[in-house]
Amino acid sequence: MKISIASGKGGTGKTMVATGLALSLAARTPEQPPLLVDCDVEAPNAHLFLHPKLTEKQDVALLIPAVDDAKCTSCGECAKVCQFHAIVVLGKKTLVFPQLCHGCGSCTLVCPEAAIHEIPDKMGVLERGPSETGVWFAHGVLDIGEPMAVPVIRQLKKWVQPSPGQVALYDCPPGTSCPVVESVRGSDYLLLVTEPTPFGLHDLRLAVQVAIELGIPCGVIVNRFHSPYPPLEEYCAEKNLPVWLRIPFDRAIAESLAQGKTLIEVDPHYSELFCQVFEGITAYLSNPTKE
Amino acid sequence: MKQLVILSGKGGAGKTCLAAAFAHLAHDGPSAIKAVLADADVDAANLELVLRPERLEEHAFTGGSVAVIDPQLCQGCEICQQVCRFDAVRSPSIEARQLTYSIDPIACDGCAACVFQCPEQAIHMQPQIAGRWYHSQSRYGPLIHADLFPAQENSGKLVTLVKQNARLLAMDTGCQVVIVDGPPGIGCPVIAAASGAHLALVVAEPSAAGIHDLQRALQTTAHFRIPSIVVINKADIYPPGAAQLEATCADLGIEVIGCIPFDPAIETAMLNGEPVTQSQPDAPASLAIIAIWQTLASRLN
Amino acid sequence: MKILLTASSPDIHSPVDPRFGRGAYLLEVDSETQTWHAHPNPGVNASGGAGAQAAQFVAAQQAQAVISGDFGPNAFNALQAAGIAMFLYGETRTAQEAIEKFQAGLLEQVAAPTGPGHHSRR
Repeated sequence: MKISIASGKGGTGKTMVATGLALSLAARTPEQPPLLVDCDVEAPNAHLFLHPKLTEKQDVALLIPAVDDAKCTSCGECAKVCQFHAIVVLGKKTLVFPQLCHGCGSCTLVCPEAAIHEIPDKMGVLERGPSETGVWFAHGVLDIGEPMAVPVIRQLKKWVQPSPGQVALYDCPPGTSCPVVESVRGSDYLLLVTEPTPFGLHDLRLAVQVAIELGIPCGVIVNRFHSPYPPLEEYCAEKNLPVWLRIPFDRAIAESLAQGKTLIEVDPHYSELFCQVFEGITAYLSNPTKE
Repeated sequence: MKQLVILSGKGGAGKTCLAAAFAHLAHDGPSAIKAVLADADVDAANLELVLRPERLEEHAFTGGSVAVIDPQLCQGCEICQQVCRFDAVRSPSIEARQLTYSIDPIACDGCAACVFQCPEQAIHMQPQIAGRWYHSQSRYGPLIHADLFPAQENSGKLVTLVKQNARLLAMDTGCQVVIVDGPPGIGCPVIAAASGAHLALVVAEPSAAGIHDLQRALQTTAHFRIPSIVVINKADIYPPGAAQLEATCADLGIEVIGCIPFDPAIETAMLNGEPVTQSQPDAPASLAIIAIWQTLASRLN
Repeated sequence: MKILLTASSPDIHSPVDPRFGRGAYLLEVDSETQTWHAHPNPGVNASGGAGAQAAQFVAAQQAQAVISGDFGPNAFNALQAAGIAMFLYGETRTAQEAIEKFQAGLLEQVAAPTGPGHHSRR
């Protein structure tokens, strides 16, 4: 089973939930611990809490065009098909802009002189390995100055696939655009972490729309809960969104997280709560009409 | 005219809270500056929720295009699927009632490789309305903001559009500064938000994750040669972390211009839809933010 | 000498547009005859790579110089490769004023990209 943890708004506690859930499941089924994939390649943090041994490494590269000047006749066919203006013909020169290239290969296919071949352009790195707690861990790290997170996420998800029967958890980036969609695609369930504020609710609505677009069932965990925020409660009821857990607002939790501790280390009681959330989701997925 | 962009690697560090307070202080504070506000976090645009402006203009935003296969012309040769590197071409499926190849618009990257390879010319590109952008008037001055529709691409292009309109409005109305509330992360939308900025204010949290993300945010602004300064939010929640943030900044030669204490007044203000400096000007967080704004205002003048 | 400059409307007396890739119009001016002609900027609605696209257009017009408010790295590299000199508006208000300043040698010539580039990829 694949569960994505997302939120819309940043800083709501996605990584806290993802690491908490991963540790709880690892303790529950030590013979088959879960896989945790940190898809927030712009700001990856989960490793700071789980301290995995990142034993394997792989570069992420995009295949970008390289023009053989000797064969190029400056016919401009490549520039005509490129939707991103990553290859342009200026007089007798054909120039490639690697930062603009999406690596689609279209220019290589249309070149009548076969003057274009493809070369890898590094944009990030993937790392994976076990943590002492048993959780299998993987993440991607986007290189500084590289704009495009999506190919790193795409390759990360291809590189680490759960073994049969293994639970895979995907800790997603904030937002609701393409990096989130790439992270969430293919999941069986989307767990949305929100907070009881107008911002939390505004961004939760957007995240729920992403889930609807992708056809993935979703539910909610409310973090920093102190008292019910009626508009959030009403929205969840109206959309039939199960609220699996409310994590109270507690300065002690905030202080411990700041030190790099997980929620389970702050309060071991949460291990049981997370397992209940997981079992609830499993039951819900096997019989969704019950809710 | 100067552009100030508020950034943080990590989400939820307090960018919008600061942007709203700066909007208030730029308008009413002792160091008032005529400012245009721009919300560049188009994935999760929240400044509008605090400033509650009146929308004056609304415009459609055309993002990228996606490929569309004409089922009348498709002969089922499969070439489109072979050339697509984004797994966006679906095979015919009786269950889905698709008798020819079809495009998954969410997976489609818009590269058009299939369009040029299709021997039947059965594929064309169709522009997508991917969001809206607005020119609004808040009680603290004009706000340019946008909504990217969920699951859409091209947020960087929309960020650029928001910023350009804010910049043009500032030039037309004689404003001295554009305050840009940036998105989290270090990728495309952040690069678009930071481009052309005269100063980046990076908001950091004193946590293990916050230190890591601050380093990546500062590496990014350094990469694009944007002068940067740092404020530490919730500084007292983990003093050793705050000390580590200060040490990191000192190593990089980056100035820390202020620390904001953890203060429930911020949460209360946000729930009421008001900048904290307006609703509780004497709260510890407000006093810290006012001092930070005075430093910023002197830098921007 | 043929000069292209970015303007906010198709008129030599219109305010300059500081954006190169996404400036609304490109005015083509012949400095000898003082005649001008307006082109819509092909980069305006580009999904990405507006600067590269506009540069390709400028090169195709066989301009010798281009004037705008800033040149990102893609535009800069493309214009440099095409051997087109780049100049900055600075405090200039209108296109006409820019041409006069250019001929008087008052505009700053660009030797490196002036901004980090607006946005690329997605």
